[in-house]
Order: sequence, then C-alpha cells, then structure tokens
Amino acid sequence: MPAKNHRVLPGFGLALGYTLVYLSLLILLPLGGMVLKASELGFGQIIDIALSERSLAAFRVTFGASLLAAALNAFFGLIVAWILVRYSFPGKRFVDALVDLPFALPTAVAGITLSTLYAGNGWLGRYLEPLGVKIAYTPNGIVVALIFVTLPFVVRTLQPVIEDIESDVEEAAASLGASRWQTFSRVIFPAIAPALLTGFAMAFSRAVGEYGSVIFIAGNLPLISEITPLLIISKLEQYDVLGATALAVVMLAISFVLLLAINFLQWWSANRYKNDEPLEAAAGRAAGAPA
Amino acid sequence: MIRFRRSISAVLLALVAGAALADTTLLNASYDVARDVFKDYNPLFQKYWKQKTGESIELKQSHGGSSKQVRSVADGLEADVVTMNQANDIEFLADKGLVAKEWSKKFPNNASPYTSTMVFIVRKGNPKAIKDWGDLVAPGVQVIVPHPKNTGNGRNTYLSAWAWAVRQKGGNDKSAQEFLGKLLKNVPLFAAGGRDATTTFMQRQMGDVLITFESEAELIAREFGKGEFAVVYPSLTMQTEFPVAIVDKVVDKKGTRKQAQAYLDYLWSKEGQENAAQNYLRPRDAELLKKYAAQFPPVKTFTVDEVFGGAGKAFATHFKDGGSFDQIYVQK
Repeated sequence: MPAKNHRVLPGFGLALGYTLVYLSLLILLPLGGMVLKASELGFGQIIDIALSERSLAAFRVTFGASLLAAALNAFFGLIVAWILVRYSFPGKRFVDALVDLPFALPTAVAGITLSTLYAGNGWLGRYLEPLGVKIAYTPNGIVVALIFVTLPFVVRTLQPVIEDIESDVEEAAASLGASRWQTFSRVIFPAIAPALLTGFAMAFSRAVGEYGSVIFIAGNLPLISEITPLLIISKLEQYDVLGATALAVVMLAISFVLLLAINFLQWWSANRYKNDEPLEAAAGRAAGAPA
Repeated sequence: MIRFRRSISAVLLALVAGAALADTTLLNASYDVARDVFKDYNPLFQKYWKQKTGESIELKQSHGGSSKQVRSVADGLEADVVTMNQANDIEFLADKGLVAKEWSKKFPNNASPYTSTMVFIVRKGNPKAIKDWGDLVAPGVQVIVPHPKNTGNGRNTYLSAWAWAVRQKGGNDKSAQEFLGKLLKNVPLFAAGGRDATTTFMQRQMGDVLITFESEAELIAREFGKGEFAVVYPSLTMQTEFPVAIVDKVVDKKGTRKQAQAYLDYLWSKEGQENAAQNYLRPRDAELLKKYAAQFPPVKTFTVDEVFGGAGKAFATHFKDGGSFDQIYVQK
C-alpha cells in the first residue's frame, strides 16, 4: 500500500489548501490590512508615535504586567495542573471545571468584579490596604486582572503532558537513588518544560491584548497605569485611525519578536533534553547512573 | 422533507408579511445611556405618526459609546438618524459627507432638543464642604471622573473646570491649565466610563466628589437611595447638548427622509419635551422647564461654543494627543 494511505485524514492537498485559505482569510488578511493602513504613515512617524513618552510608558506597563502575570501563572499554574492530575480529592472535578471559568466570563465582568473585591472597601481590599498593599487602581491591579484572565492557558496546556508522565518514571528515579529535587529537576521538568513554555507564551500574548478587564481595575492614570490598548482606544476617540493602527502594529511587532524568542527557547529546551532519550534513561541519569 | 419545505415557505411568508406590515423602518444610532429616553420616546412617535399618516413605522435602536457609534455609521451602519451626546461626533459625520455641513442649523436650539449640566455629587452631609470648582483642589479631596480623553463625561468635566478657572479674577488659559493640573492631582483614578465612575463612587465608596450629568444624579437616587448623597450645583457649569441629525446618505438611499425628519422634529413637540423632562433632561420648552422646576434648579451655565469656539476646537486644543490634558501629565 502506498504510504499516503496510512494517513488518518485523507487528502493532504485539500487539507493544506484549506489550512492556507483559512489562515489567510482569518488571520493574514486582517493583520495585513492593518499593516497596510499603518504604512500610510511613514516609518518615521510610526516610530515617533511609538516613542512618545505616553506610548513608552504604556508599553512598559502592558508588557511588564503581561510578563509578570504569565510568569506567576506559569509557576502557580504548574502547581494547579500537577494537583489536578496527580491527586484525587473530593470535589476535584469541580475544581477542574473552575479553571475554565476565566475563559467563559466576559472580561469586563471580571474587571468589575476584581475591582470591587480589591477596592478599599472590598472584601479583600479592606484587609490589604491597611497593610499598605494597594491592588485596585494601581499597576498591581493590572497584574491581578491579567493573572485571572490567563490562568487557564498554563493549566490546560500542562495537564495532558503531566498525564503522559507515568508515575513509574518517578519510582524508577527514586529506586535508582535520585532525591526528590533531582527527580523533579532532571526527569519531570525537562519533560514538561516545552508545554510550560507554550502555556506561558499563550498567557503572555493573551495578556498583552487584554482590554476589557484591565480598564476597570487599572485606574488609567497617564504614565502610571495606562495600557497600550487604552491608548489605542484614545486615538480612536480622536478619529485618529492611523495613529491607532501604528500603535497596534508596533505592539504586534514586539509581541511577535517575544513569541519567536519563546518558541526558540521551547525548541531548544525540547532538543536539549530529548535526544530521543527515553524517560526511564533520564530517570537513571538523574540518579547518577550511566544513561 | 415535505414538512421541511413547508416550514421554509412558512418562514418566507412570515418574512414577506412582516415587511409588508411595517411599512418603514427607521434606525436610530445613539449613545449608551440614551436607552431610557428613546425607549419611552419611540412608542410616542409611533402613535403620533400612525395618527397623522396612517403609516405604521418600525423603530430600531442601536446604542453604544458615542464615538464608536459614529464610526460604525461612517463605516456603513445604515442609521437614518443619529442622536448623540457630543457635537464633535456629528461633526465627524459631516466631514465624511454623510450629514449636512450645516447640520446644527437644520433643527432649532443648535439641533439639541434638550440639555443637561455637569453637577457635583457629594457624600451625605457634604463633609468636605464642597461648593464650587475651587474646592476640588483642596488637599485631601478626592475627585472621581471618567477619563477625559476617552469619555464625553470626562471631557465635559474638564472643560467646565477650565471655563470656571478662566472666568476667575485674573484668569487666563495659563492659570486655567495650572488649576486643572492641581485638580487632576486630586483624581486618584480615571474611571473607564460614566457608569463605572458612578459605581466607583457610590458602591466602592471611593472619593469625596463625583462629577457627572445632572440626569445621572437622578438615576443614582433611584439605584442607591436619595439620602445617600447630595447634589451640588457649582457657580458655573457646562450646558451639555445632545445634538441630533439626519444621515442624508442613508435616508436618500432608503427613501426615508420624510419619516426621519418627522422623527427628529417630534423631539421638540410637547410630548417629546415632556418625555425628556421625565428622563431628567432639561427640556428646551420654557413652560415645561417651569413645570419641572423642582427637578431643574436654575444654574449658571456656559456652552462650549461660547467659551471654546465650538466642540471641534475644544477637542483639538485640549484632548488631542499633545493637547492641554497631555501637557499636564507630560511636561516637555
């Protein structure tokens, strides 16, 4: 039998054509249109808009808060995913379903709820503010909103990968004398690192574009807590569509470069540890045995 | 299969019949909080139009942020009329050639059938004794307003404070900008919109004073109870207009000019004006204003045209990138 008949889905040509058309229509066309619109401005003008003091401050806030939120989610999301896969406890299904809620909730509702919660008279804010921790209407609020909105990405990308690591591997590592930390850092972590990075990257890119939840909790003070999407809206209020697209294109370019870097890191980490080495061998290596 | 076909023809029939029943459809693109006004106004007009011409008319509403709405109309949303809360939004449509250049002369009163003013909402008993714009810059006073660059509410507040400062003894643009600088230092956050500012002030109990439309104060009373706050009228405040216009391009294409004209004209009728008053908007009709005097105390107002030479000019000077608002934050 010819090899191509072994493929599960028939018609490689058709499927590829469909993929290209689909991606072009839904992603390349709008983005291309945006870049084309922005190109009505000269390169110099785009740079001027991007380097104005307000834009720079907004870029710092947007990308800083997004990276921080994605990093925190990578750490805590890993714990959540691990608990959900490896342990069984009463109400586990309920907790598992809870993880998806941030996806389902309209982001504006999330923003209003969070700011009510963290405001000076809110359930949490009333205890935090006397301690000097201000969340609502400060850049901290932005990070909180972004953590909320992007949590599911890390958890959901990690869960299937953790499920794939059988606990025999850990047992093998332990029986070969690996400590808990060695087992984690040299057996488990390398196996989940690529997925963790994927989750991180998705959380980050979602956070960069987030508007609805952030504006309700940020406070929106110029130079302090204004995010780039707010500046874009502000340009649209002035009917300055060109200026708005210019900002959007710069934002897109920065995100693209960062995502590319993350992708590279992911590829590198996958290759570094992999080398077609089975997990059992990694378990042995972790314990100091020759692979 | 037969049943399926039947149901399809039934649907088609219903569609045709529906179109025949409502002779004409008008779409009114409006700003966000106009919902209540037009929810009450539309049935009034339908009744009036049916009586006058025998034609039943279907009225559709589209609501959203004022500038967002106008952009949709420019991009092809087929609205017969626009009823907005900022003149520069209609100005934008005029620039695009969708609305007559002389739109503000096409109807009486600058094409604004009713008005409102910007007022202070303070906490019960006015503990910080806030009486006028000058009190807002006192140390320790927190002022809640929506973002002046992104919301009409915020812009009206900013311009009101500016106009007041310019009219003080020895006041000029420079002193006004300094005054605004001090005022903005007392603004702990910029709310996302008018309603968000209200929630922040009333529900989250942030700030000592909220600046908003007089009409909004009544809605707050309904929501949170009258005793919870007090309304303060400053010595000078903006008369905010709610301009309306016919979208020429759309009515000419749809052949609905007659109906659209009548729809907007009727806003100035006794019924239309009374409806506005019931929704806490100040009617232009002097008699009705007297009738509802308890609700609309006399207040000294200015219009944007008088002080700033038009909405477009005010926007360009103060809220465009690099305008007076930006200068306060970015000293360069």
